Amino acid sequence: MTTATPAPTQTDNHHRPARTARLRTPPARPRRAHSVDRPRRSATLTVLSSLVVLYTLVPLAWLVVSSTKTQADLLGSPGLWFSGHFALWDNISQTLSYDHHVFLRWLLNTLLYVVLGAGGATLLSVLAGYGLAKFDFRGKKAVFAVVIGAVAVPTTALAVPTFLMFSTMGLTNTPWAVIIPSLVSPFGLYLMWVFASEAVPTELLEAARVDGSGEVRTFFRIALPLLAPGIVTVLLFTVVATWNNYFLPLIMIKDPNWYPLTLGLNAWNDQAATAGGQPVFNLVITGSLLTIVPLVAAFLLLQRYWQSGLAAGSVKE
Amino acid sequence: MRVPARHAVKGIGLLCAAALSLTACASSSTTGSGSADAASSASAVQAALAKGGTITVWAWEPTLKQVVTDFEAKYPKVHVNLVNAGTGNKQYTALQNAVQAGSGGPDVAQIEYFALGQFALGKSVQDLGKYGAAKLSGSYSPGPWSSVNIGGGVYALPMDSGPMALFYNKKVFDKYGLTVPTTWAQYLDDAKKLHAANPNAYITNDTGEAGFTTSLIWQAGGHPFKVDGTKVSVDFTDAGSTAFTSTWQQLVSGKLVAPVNSWSDQWYKGLGDGTIATLASGAWMPANFVSGVPGASGDWRVAPLPQWQAGQSASAENGGSSLAVMKASANQDLAYGFLQFANAGAGVQDRIKGGAFPATTADLDSSAFLNTAFPYFGGQQANQIFAQSAKNVVKGWQYLPFQVYANSIFNDTVGKAYVSSTTLTQGLKAWQDASLKYGSQQGFTTG
Repeated sequence: MTTATPAPTQTDNHHRPARTARLRTPPARPRRAHSVDRPRRSATLTVLSSLVVLYTLVPLAWLVVSSTKTQADLLGSPGLWFSGHFALWDNISQTLSYDHHVFLRWLLNTLLYVVLGAGGATLLSVLAGYGLAKFDFRGKKAVFAVVIGAVAVPTTALAVPTFLMFSTMGLTNTPWAVIIPSLVSPFGLYLMWVFASEAVPTELLEAARVDGSGEVRTFFRIALPLLAPGIVTVLLFTVVATWNNYFLPLIMIKDPNWYPLTLGLNAWNDQAATAGGQPVFNLVITGSLLTIVPLVAAFLLLQRYWQSGLAAGSVKE
Repeated sequence: MRVPARHAVKGIGLLCAAALSLTACASSSTTGSGSADAASSASAVQAALAKGGTITVWAWEPTLKQVVTDFEAKYPKVHVNLVNAGTGNKQYTALQNAVQAGSGGPDVAQIEYFALGQFALGKSVQDLGKYGAAKLSGSYSPGPWSSVNIGGGVYALPMDSGPMALFYNKKVFDKYGLTVPTTWAQYLDDAKKLHAANPNAYITNDTGEAGFTTSLIWQAGGHPFKVDGTKVSVDFTDAGSTAFTSTWQQLVSGKLVAPVNSWSDQWYKGLGDGTIATLASGAWMPANFVSGVPGASGDWRVAPLPQWQAGQSASAENGGSSLAVMKASANQDLAYGFLQFANAGAGVQDRIKGGAFPATTADLDSSAFLNTAFPYFGGQQANQIFAQSAKNVVKGWQYLPFQVYANSIFNDTVGKAYVSSTTLTQGLKAWQDASLKYGSQQGFTTG
């Protein structure tokens, strides 16, 4: 298909320069039928991606549908369709008030761990990544090797040694046991390093130095705005990691008052398998839905930064 | 195949010492300087309760909340930090982590009977002999009491017990004209009849569960585990074990048991809609019926456990747990004060009101307890059946001192019999070999 004449058809969205920056080629120039922007349609690929979409969305759909059911309806009606009785609001209020509003406490704990843990991890990653990218010093290669090595070590493998160490320091069963290990994000550091070397031109920093700006001022006034997309990306990574963190708090925290949501929901789930316990599958499901809503919202709101951040450094300009 | 914790829930009593050695240990601690120690420690407990302080209790038993409330009301200076650190195996892992780390553990821990041996031999829990705990021997029914007696010491106080009974869905039995089985042979006939009449319905569910299998072997008179000090043997070829496998193999081979894991949502569903028609389980089960299967209220009844030989009245324990004082606790006197209140004092009544099944003989024999009508079971006085079952528990059963590990590999060995052509006998042999191998690695003499 050629796009010689702009027509209000399906090709329309290629001719809105105001909305898309993709329009580098002049509109008048004839284009090949299949370009990077308009690839050939492949039936096989469409089917495969549809399967992947289904695979991704069905559990989510199940979660949404199931959270509208009472405990009795959960067991008595088909999983992927609504039962007659719509109990979502009831479930939500029960989830929030069950066991003396403990869900709210877990939510606040999770927020605490995310703000201090993920926020701190991002701050450290940005500072260190910028420093490593823009300053030369002795031992830089060694630091690089350590960071790359640390990316390869799963945090799960470090959880038990960390527990034993924190135990001698008397830090287990306190919020610090979750926050301090969350502050370290080798992947975030690596990402910021790569991003900073691409996004902040060294010439700009030199110009700032020539103009008499100190290093701290240069960082905050010049480098930081340029690093914004990368910061958002690292922030999202660390927020997701901390929000979903299960194994570390499982090992560190035994006091339900300091549980994050992941551990709390699991404790509710275990009630069903306890002699004398009360099965509350409906609250576990509704609680899970409430737990993922903030993450979904964060992704949708920060999508723009997230995408540009991911692509950073992939194209040499 | 399954989360180990789910099996742990149904863990069973550890009848470590036979009745003879029990009396020996009880008499030894009441003679000479032992009783003087016990007296001074008992007054130390009273002093600690009056002085006050804070203790941490790790337990998942829901009725303990009320016990803690009442305990703190009676001893206002004492604060109890009740923590649910996980159910069964999850909590044991955390407990062992804390013991290894040397800090971060509780003062009191809930430990199931089948797991207590492991903690007693590992010296992680305190011998309560110094508090005169041995004097309580008459207060508890024999099964749970012998479970907390390990190698001459009392390592915990029994909290509840699980003498077994058969729960059956009367509505389903009436609908298909089934008779309530008094022997396992009749149970097998019912299973065939029910599944033929309704291919969606099963006599029970079973996907291979260590606690359940060992309980039925226990009831059949088997003694597969033998422990004498550090000498351990496992043998699943005795008469009791073969009685179990020959009947149960037919249920499994004939696909007459529902392939549903206990405690799953499917299981609760099956108990509610009549597709799982019976459940051989411990006496703690009624509370779970009431909270987990409210829709089937009135459908279910309780009957004595079917017998391996007609005319007998043998029973076994299934599940049940104790409270132990941790050796690492800095506040052991106060911790024992809590144990006394919860498991031998006013706390027992709190727990019975909350639906728990006691281990104390005074309550098991009281007419108020025996005559309690269960609306869920159509007004049946089910405690009479449970209390009788508690008296009929076969004596002399022992668990391995590493039963927590052994149960964790049950599904890799015996579990195969439920999903492949492996027989139960072959599966039990594989379990036996793997358990013995682990035992000798741990330094036990195996044979």
